[in-house]
Amino acid sequence: MYEFRMPSLGADMEAGTLVEWLKHPGDRVARGDIVAVVETDKGAIEIEIFVAGTMGKQVVALGAKVPVGTTLALIEGVAEERRPPAPRAAAAPRAFEAPAVPPSAVAAPAPGLRVSPAARKLARERGIDLATIKGSGPDGSIVLHDVERVGGAPARRGLDLNRMRQAIAAAMARSKREIPHYYLATDIDMSKALDWLQTTNAGRTPGNRLLPAVLTLKAVAHAARKYPAFNGTFDPASGFTAASGVHIGVAIAVRGGGLASPAVHDCDQQSLDDLMGRLRDLVARTREGRLRSSEMSDATLTVSSLGERGVETLYGIIYPPQVAIVGFGRVASRPVAVDGQVVVRNVMSATLAGDHRVTDGHLGSLFLREIDARLQEPDKL
Amino acid sequence: MTEADIRKLVVAELGNVAPETDAAMIDPDADLREALDIDSLDFLNFLEAVHKKTGVNVPEPDYEKLLTLNRAVSYLLARVAPKSAGS
Repeated sequence: MYEFRMPSLGADMEAGTLVEWLKHPGDRVARGDIVAVVETDKGAIEIEIFVAGTMGKQVVALGAKVPVGTTLALIEGVAEERRPPAPRAAAAPRAFEAPAVPPSAVAAPAPGLRVSPAARKLARERGIDLATIKGSGPDGSIVLHDVERVGGAPARRGLDLNRMRQAIAAAMARSKREIPHYYLATDIDMSKALDWLQTTNAGRTPGNRLLPAVLTLKAVAHAARKYPAFNGTFDPASGFTAASGVHIGVAIAVRGGGLASPAVHDCDQQSLDDLMGRLRDLVARTREGRLRSSEMSDATLTVSSLGERGVETLYGIIYPPQVAIVGFGRVASRPVAVDGQVVVRNVMSATLAGDHRVTDGHLGSLFLREIDARLQEPDKL
Repeated sequence: MTEADIRKLVVAELGNVAPETDAAMIDPDADLREALDIDSLDFLNFLEAVHKKTGVNVPEPDYEKLLTLNRAVSYLLARVAPKSAGS
């Protein structure tokens, strides 16, 4: 028996609201399947499972808000050795640890909550808490009409920019409070990378073209492989743990003012075309509020790029429990000295905010220079 | 396609990449990236949609020729069914 729990989807998450089950008792589940949808400050997140088995009893009812680490359902027939470590329930704030309240009690009005699929879908779209609705269907079940009556803002699915802002503020305040940042900056000559990109894209239709962001992402991934002290997580109790994979969180602006940094898994293992596809998919889903749990929780290092309309330099703030963030400014034509001559080159500023508990400026500068070196050989990315 | 058809298509596709804006209401000579707050990926998505709908494959060096609504319409008009456009 495996306990499927409310995952921690970031340093700032304390609890989540279960809004939908996509697998039901008796259904087979495979590793990577999306089994539930949870509403968080960052929108509706699709929760994946990382074991194979059969969905058993679902302990928490729809509409219930429960702390990180709470058992949501039991999965039967899971091979013992395949069990992944339980989610970091320790990350849940103390307020939730003290009272030993069973999940069913936390989810007070939930037991026996019956909701028609259409009602559940509409409630999710409108951000309505099902637990607050009185059902008029058979046995008091909630039907579509009940949800329609409540109304609610026809906001974009799952995205509440005010709550997202609060979550960003909480994570960044914690970062600035706990992480002793140091900052480094360098200029990278992007001429070779952009020339290569132009040649590569010339024979392609728009749907198959690459953007400079993919080259910088891959260059960071290679550098993270070489310098693993920037790729991992820090826990005050156990210290730094280097990550086995390079899962880069990509800072994505949400239209209207919001920010999320979902992870692109195994960046160093993917081709540039695959990375481009992943990036397009991730940006689209971030803006729709349709991210997956692993994307919210797995990042081991963050990259933030200002893009072509940005300013020269970006100094990032580390997203806990990560230990580094790389910032890229806008590529701009600037005069630079090459072999004693002043020439005009396409230059991009690259910065690193590092965690002094793990690394310092010397290693940080080697890491930044490795990113630079990788971008000088774009055909090898 | 007439100029009106192309303008309608461009406005619709810009609306898809910047859903909360109305491209029909912006200054047709303003920089689209600024007026609609779109980034290079949004612009690429816009060009991909234009390519699918009109068959016009805008090469990278021509991007700057489509940076306002009016310029995008003229550019596409000159390349979509040139005969019917009378050019």
